[in-house]
Amino acid sequence: MNISLILQMAADTESERIGLVCDTRRWSYGALLRAARGAALNISKSTCSYVALLDESSEAAAIALFAAAMAGVPYVPLNYRLSNTDLGALLSRIAPAYIIADTDRIRQLSPEGRHIVRSRAAFVAEAESMADAAIPTDDPGDGIAVQLFTSGTTAAPKAALLRHANLVSYVLGTVEFGSASPQEAALVSVPPYHIAGIAALLTSIYALRRILLLPAFDPDDWLALAASERATNAFLVPTMLSRVIARMDAGVSAHPPALRAISYGGGRMPTELIERALKLFPDTDFTNAYGLTETSSTIALLGPEEHRVAHASSDPAVRARLGSVGRPLPTVQIEIRDEDGKPLPLGERGEIYVRGDQVSGEYRERSALDAKGWFPTRDAGWIDAEGFLFLAGRADDVIVRGGENISPGEIEDVLLSHPVIADAAAVAVPSTEWGEAVGIAVVTKPNLPPPSEDELRTLIRNRLRSSRVPERIAVLEALPYNEMGKLLRRELRKLFQS
Amino acid sequence: MKPGTKLKSTVCGTEVMVIRGSGAVVECGGAPMVEERPAEPGSIKPGFAQGTQIGKRYVDTAGTLELLCVKPGQGSLSIGGVPLQLKDAKPLPASD
Repeated sequence: MNISLILQMAADTESERIGLVCDTRRWSYGALLRAARGAALNISKSTCSYVALLDESSEAAAIALFAAAMAGVPYVPLNYRLSNTDLGALLSRIAPAYIIADTDRIRQLSPEGRHIVRSRAAFVAEAESMADAAIPTDDPGDGIAVQLFTSGTTAAPKAALLRHANLVSYVLGTVEFGSASPQEAALVSVPPYHIAGIAALLTSIYALRRILLLPAFDPDDWLALAASERATNAFLVPTMLSRVIARMDAGVSAHPPALRAISYGGGRMPTELIERALKLFPDTDFTNAYGLTETSSTIALLGPEEHRVAHASSDPAVRARLGSVGRPLPTVQIEIRDEDGKPLPLGERGEIYVRGDQVSGEYRERSALDAKGWFPTRDAGWIDAEGFLFLAGRADDVIVRGGENISPGEIEDVLLSHPVIADAAAVAVPSTEWGEAVGIAVVTKPNLPPPSEDELRTLIRNRLRSSRVPERIAVLEALPYNEMGKLLRRELRKLFQS
Repeated sequence: MKPGTKLKSTVCGTEVMVIRGSGAVVECGGAPMVEERPAEPGSIKPGFAQGTQIGKRYVDTAGTLELLCVKPGQGSLSIGGVPLQLKDAKPLPASD
């Protein structure tokens, strides 16, 4: 089933209902469908092989996603924060593409390969002008709907492929059609090239939940839009939530009046931050979502009731679940395996494997699925007695000290409990004695002197085992993050190697 | 029919997408559904007029077949005269 049917069903059911708000423009489902059909006609005429978006979030992202689907070509949202060199290399891999872009940026890139370039305004205007001429075209098939370039850490970015069948099975498995009331509105502030940004368009439209698009995240703009459009739902990555809370603490804005539910994911949520958020938003439902690009977004959820139970519990095992990513969706299976690929019992740490119809695990170059359809996530984790999944960092981030596996997260949690420390990271450092040992980088709160190295070592020795005590300690101004709030551990490892 | 096939009613506006299952002859309003709608619609058989609802999923009792209604109509769905059931939706919190 082609994903364009999602928009078609929404428009058939509630043609006049406002489905998307961006800047000053309000789009009904009917208007979005007409624009997507017009754009699909223009894309088909261009005979391009891909539709690319090199722009911030706007209605053009939604129109392009569905138009590409109707035209039967993959939609490729690109990370506009990449350097011109990196973007140029990606554009050469998708030639010829119909590119919706910031035209100045494209001029700097001067891409080769018969691309067609339209500014956001021109793309939308041309789509709308063709809307009446557009008749439903031939069956566009149900091949590749979305191609996302994963952020390459060591090698060139991989082109992850999501088929219509993967995305549709995610939407049908997690959302009931038309389940949102007309008051519901979801504030979407993740960039369009992130899987959560794409999933938000699909699931919100299928639920008939109005989308409030914030072109680029800023905490003050987020709070203002949440208030003026009465957002009821929002998805945030942990760093975004932390920045929103900082502005509320600074008295910039009051609690968003209609906000009922916040979901978060896309990075590690520090326990301190979620506990703070639960106190600050006592009437808001919190949901932690764990997923990857290659799994069409969410595969495990920690729901609102589970947050409350964990937060209120005095049982350490139950309380610890606040730091878990909850349980697998009913439509996916999750297994923890050892380095030889053998399933591990509950409680033991290994690599997270996932299987299900929404799991693609497919790249342009090869499929990463094993013979039985399991996808190795490269995330490390373990499952507790009640089936809650805990993440323990990327499998590549584990510190192996004299044969003992150490997860950076446990050390970071202890460091963050120190009153002077604002941010902390643990990485592997080379050790002649142990092969690898622990190195930590800490950032102190503004205008506070850092604790002594002895104090930090004692803190970790008292709370954890002696193997966790850091061999190297660095005090930094800030830790290196990418724009989605993911910690760049490779940068820290480099720091300790020099 | 197989997953991904779109079936149309010959007696009303109903259209369904096959999510799971293959080979079965699905009826709407008592008449077999087809991939190309006929020029002249037939009439709904008595007892098969409860209607279909857009966005609802329908399953057989064995659980081998699942259909998604993508256009609603007045006929109701069956296989070999046995009505299909509405699939229970287990609500999940919004996570995107």
